[in-house]
Amino acid sequence: MAELRLIDAINQALHEEMERDERVLVLGEDVGRKGGVFGATEGLYDRFGGERVIDTPLAESSIVGVAIGMAANGLLPVAEIQFADFIFPAMNQILSEAARMRYRSNGAFGCPLVIRAPYGGGVHGALYHSQSVEAFFAHIPGLKVVVPYHPGDAKGLLKASIRDPDPVLFFEHKKLYRMVRGEVPEGDYIVPLGKAAIRREGKDLSVFAYGLMLHEALVAAEEVAKEGIDAEVVDLRTLRPLDKETLLASVRKTNRALIVYEDNGFLGYGAELAAILAEEAFFDLDAPIMRVTGPEVPAVPYAPPLERWFMPDARRIAEAMRRLAQY
Amino acid sequence: MPVEVKLPQLGESVYEGTIGRWLKQPGDLVEQYEPLVEVVTDKVNVEMPSPWKGRLVEILVQEGQTVPAGTPIALMEVEEVAPGEGAKEEMAGEAPPGHPREEARPRLSPLVRRLAEEHGVSAEELTRIPGTGTGGRITKEDLLRYVESRRPAPSPTEPSAVTAVPSRAEEAREGLPTAGDTLIRLNPIRRTIAERMTQSKREIPHAYGIVEVDMTEIVRWREAHKEEWLAREGVNITYTAFIVRATVEALRAFPIVNSTWTEEGILLRRTINIGVGVAIEEGLIVPVIKNAEEKSLLGIARELAELTRKAREGKLTLEEVQGGTFTITNPGVFGSLLSMPIIVPGQAAILAVDAIVKRPVVRWDAIAIREMMHLGLSFDHRIFDGAVAVQFLNHIKAKLEGFKSDAAVVSDF
Repeated sequence: MAELRLIDAINQALHEEMERDERVLVLGEDVGRKGGVFGATEGLYDRFGGERVIDTPLAESSIVGVAIGMAANGLLPVAEIQFADFIFPAMNQILSEAARMRYRSNGAFGCPLVIRAPYGGGVHGALYHSQSVEAFFAHIPGLKVVVPYHPGDAKGLLKASIRDPDPVLFFEHKKLYRMVRGEVPEGDYIVPLGKAAIRREGKDLSVFAYGLMLHEALVAAEEVAKEGIDAEVVDLRTLRPLDKETLLASVRKTNRALIVYEDNGFLGYGAELAAILAEEAFFDLDAPIMRVTGPEVPAVPYAPPLERWFMPDARRIAEAMRRLAQY
Repeated sequence: MPVEVKLPQLGESVYEGTIGRWLKQPGDLVEQYEPLVEVVTDKVNVEMPSPWKGRLVEILVQEGQTVPAGTPIALMEVEEVAPGEGAKEEMAGEAPPGHPREEARPRLSPLVRRLAEEHGVSAEELTRIPGTGTGGRITKEDLLRYVESRRPAPSPTEPSAVTAVPSRAEEAREGLPTAGDTLIRLNPIRRTIAERMTQSKREIPHAYGIVEVDMTEIVRWREAHKEEWLAREGVNITYTAFIVRATVEALRAFPIVNSTWTEEGILLRRTINIGVGVAIEEGLIVPVIKNAEEKSLLGIARELAELTRKAREGKLTLEEVQGGTFTITNPGVFGSLLSMPIIVPGQAAILAVDAIVKRPVVRWDAIAIREMMHLGLSFDHRIFDGAVAVQFLNHIKAKLEGFKSDAAVVSDF
């Protein structure tokens, strides 16, 4: 099995899916000849040609609108939004059309669409290349939201998303693209949507995270392990539908919950996790649910010290783990 | 630097304690959690564990003195906390881990609360579990460690077959649990009740007398006027208030019933302090109406309401449950028809008030339906005999049956 980077795993999944099913096609800004600004679609244009790997104008609403039309007509489009920060012009298409297609048609039509978008900070990307947007989409019934951390997952989750009969938002943390390597099985497999993964077993407390924060949580868990704190780290992978069983089972075991997300805290994705734990695991909690999140500012700043101030990291997570373990 | 050792609050309704015996003297080295001093309250007698490891420097409260919870009772020289650690904790504004909590009712996480319930750990036990969490909080681990530690050692091997006489071990085994049994741990109130009732039955030769009282007049008056009474006085008029009032008069007529048995003789009590049993969740508590001989029906009703409320809220002070000279218990509220209560040690008798029920009785050679009630007296036969007991009961009966009023305003009778 090959040790691949996240970006390679995504590229491989796209190659294999386009090979497997000719209805699969890719569209977005610079996804064709350039192979994507991060290289996620490299080689697709040469392999499958301009009919199936389409360079689009700089118009996100159009990218998604066109993709919805394709999906409605029997194709399986994978649309790329170059940065998640620019997804908002397409919001109306996603929310009002894609998400509601099945419900509106009483189940007669689905919208088998995947929207890939790099998200997240820590890459010196400043206000418009650093945002975490998952909470907006995870809020919407009718959408599925996936955030891979492990390269092996990224391939299997992207394949599952492409084969899913409904619209999937697939958010890739751009800092993870070339940061972590992981074993990626060769050939065809899927990682089912809606299933979390326990990345590190532990008994003292549970950390719930996804994307880059999952990586930071794993580093923090090893750090506090030296002090005798045995943290369980749960990779949510699919934010919607949420794997509630794994969430609750982990807290029923460790009785302490720490939720980490990079977005600002107020009404962020982890707020829902905290609410579920309070509602359904109240008598299993030995400490208040804690969160480590980005601060309440409008965006990720550009200046390096300010960006560091913004980004939750292993040090901050380890501090929270210690407080929680001691509580 | 010497630190103050404070008297902890030892129970939910106990706000002060009497220093029993100092188990350590100034200069002694004390381990953390080592018994430091015996503290006596009417609900619990406990050995207070030392909150710290260190040296006892000075005793501030001497044996026999009663002080409120929170009062410094001793000074201890305590080993310094490691400087780094101390500084950090000071910043966080939290007590060093491992120190017992000062408040008596610890705040528990939902999990610890659930586990305590599942393992039958009482509220009183929880106050004794040393917490290692932030601010001395009891963590899951602390609770499970405690549950583990109190589990009894495995019972010894098979009983010896040498003798046919049941050995002590075998007798004890009869009380041992079998599969499916549940052990309810004794809360301090239950333990106190058990000790005092056993002492009473062991030491006091109980005898009994019962009379029947026609409560019809009082029932009618009360039904007609209880609402205006409540509106006017701001307190309910209860049958208990009438009975307490009638009993006080009977005690004045028969002072020997208001007395204590001692080896030197019978100690007649000058004041009449009536304890009234109140059922609460944890068991039974007996607040005392002091100097009842000086109080009217209204005064008694008011004080009863106040004491009952405090009892239910667990807010009675030690003062309010001490000093009873006679006790009235009220099994009638639960429907009992004939009760023979156990005398509170130190008193001469106890009166049981049973339920008021309509019964056919003979009045003026005809059968009438009347509101009837039994009054039962358990008395210490060392102090007086049946004749006194029944005269005493008849005095109460006459007073209650003699109640006649057409007026709404009755503040005494």
